[in-house]
Amino acid sequence: MLIKLPKSYQLNEYDVTDESVYHDRRNVLKKLGFIGASGLLAQSTSAQAGLFDLFKKDPVKAFTVSPLKYQQAPTTSQTLTPEAKVTSYNNFYEFGAQKSQPAQLAQQFKVNPWQLTISGHCNNPLTLDYEDLFSSFELEERIYRLRCVEAWSMVIPWVGFPLAKLLQKAQPNSRAKYVMFETLYDPKQMPGQKNRRLGGGISYPYVEGLRIDEAMNDLTLMSVGLYGKTLPPQNGAPIRLVVPWKYGFKSIKSIVSIKFVEHQPANTWNLLIPSEYGFYANVNPEVAHPRWSQASERRITTGGLLARNRIKTQMFNGYGEEVAAMYKGMDLSQYY
Amino acid sequence: MKIKLKTKTLVLKIVIHLAALLPIINLYMDAFADQLGADPVKAVIHYTGIGAFNLLLITLCISPLAKLLKQSFLMNVRRLLGLYAFTYAVLHFVSFIAFDLQFDFGLLFSEIVKRPYITIGMLAFILLTLLAVTSIPKLKRKMGSHWQKLHNLIYLIVLLVAIHFYWSVKSEISEPLFYFLISFILLAWRRQKIKRWLNFLQKR
Repeated sequence: MLIKLPKSYQLNEYDVTDESVYHDRRNVLKKLGFIGASGLLAQSTSAQAGLFDLFKKDPVKAFTVSPLKYQQAPTTSQTLTPEAKVTSYNNFYEFGAQKSQPAQLAQQFKVNPWQLTISGHCNNPLTLDYEDLFSSFELEERIYRLRCVEAWSMVIPWVGFPLAKLLQKAQPNSRAKYVMFETLYDPKQMPGQKNRRLGGGISYPYVEGLRIDEAMNDLTLMSVGLYGKTLPPQNGAPIRLVVPWKYGFKSIKSIVSIKFVEHQPANTWNLLIPSEYGFYANVNPEVAHPRWSQASERRITTGGLLARNRIKTQMFNGYGEEVAAMYKGMDLSQYY
Repeated sequence: MKIKLKTKTLVLKIVIHLAALLPIINLYMDAFADQLGADPVKAVIHYTGIGAFNLLLITLCISPLAKLLKQSFLMNVRRLLGLYAFTYAVLHFVSFIAFDLQFDFGLLFSEIVKRPYITIGMLAFILLTLLAVTSIPKLKRKMGSHWQKLHNLIYLIVLLVAIHFYWSVKSEISEPLFYFLISFILLAWRRQKIKRWLNFLQKR
């Protein structure tokens, strides 16, 4: 039997579709309209499944994403992770602890209406409604590396606004030393919160925190979209944090509350296994996870099994120029 | 009657070959073509790892089942199942080196030394290799009664693999715990035999 194996440089059909949709997105989306676009998305996710098709029941009706208006990012030499992979390989335990589960179990998630409250030690506490998330600030595209603590990484074109802009609007006072974030708690919609086994044994709601200077750093992004469209639920719709120099678990999803606090807030993974996950969680090739090395990572793009995608992990995920000064004098092996 | 037993064994062997080989061929074809989710490397490593564990547990089921159902022909497929468990373990280990570490042998050795779950997995793999090699009929005959003593190591291997699995997951421990439970049941079934084996090892 002749078995033809495609070479690593031979892309698959779904890659091509995604890329062309991306590059010509304005036109394509204009022509297709919303429903057409969500149809495309459904197509690309089903082309993904392969071996496990057998066990799938009916294909899930995809969540509707819509195109956004934003300032495009300058072109980059980095290879983007294909959209189909960004939206089908997710750690979002609220919708299941396996990476493929959020894309399957989150499609019915309701994001409108939504309320994001900013409160705590500030002079102007405020609440953003669903529409406000997209209209309060100018949206811009940022192409960031995302480094997961599990030693894989992606390159993702996010759309959003700097967290600093939102925080400044709330006018934090001098007691605001840290910022605390909280994900929606809604076990009716989030099966992982209802079922401990599905939810991976972590406690809910998911909470995260940043020091105020980290939160104010220009790199810290509130993302409302990726690949030019609103976020799908598995990626943290309608609004999520993106902190590119920290491990992915800091970038909390589907946020309902941001609070200025005086003391270092708890963060979910640190609460569960403090010896493995710290508060800072800066990407650091020198400090190993107790169970695996963080010195290198596999970049997820295309190419299948033969992709030579193991690369050296960079200090602060390569964003040292922008963030290293914040940690001057700190022992980063102690504050991991 | 004799022919019938032979046919039964043959049919069962064919079923085992197909059930073990077809998913693996399908898996690697999808993985090479990048049709196995976002990270085909992880998918392949998990699939072959769990597959090896499943086959190991099925192998351990054979002798209790043969006794329980009074179907001695089942014993004829035990070696085949054991060798498939080994084959899956080889694919698991080779995929880890070739596709995950991408032949970074420095990283491989430091991971084996530093990471307990990989150390334990490696130990289990070495022991399993020992059993696979000594499953050659000629060697088996030569070894006489030592053969059974050596092959009782499968009880230790099952426990090592269960620990390897448990330590490798991030937080979702119900599946590894389920595997622990199955392993314990299969070992408890043979507690008399294991006791004798341990006594024998102590005396030496």
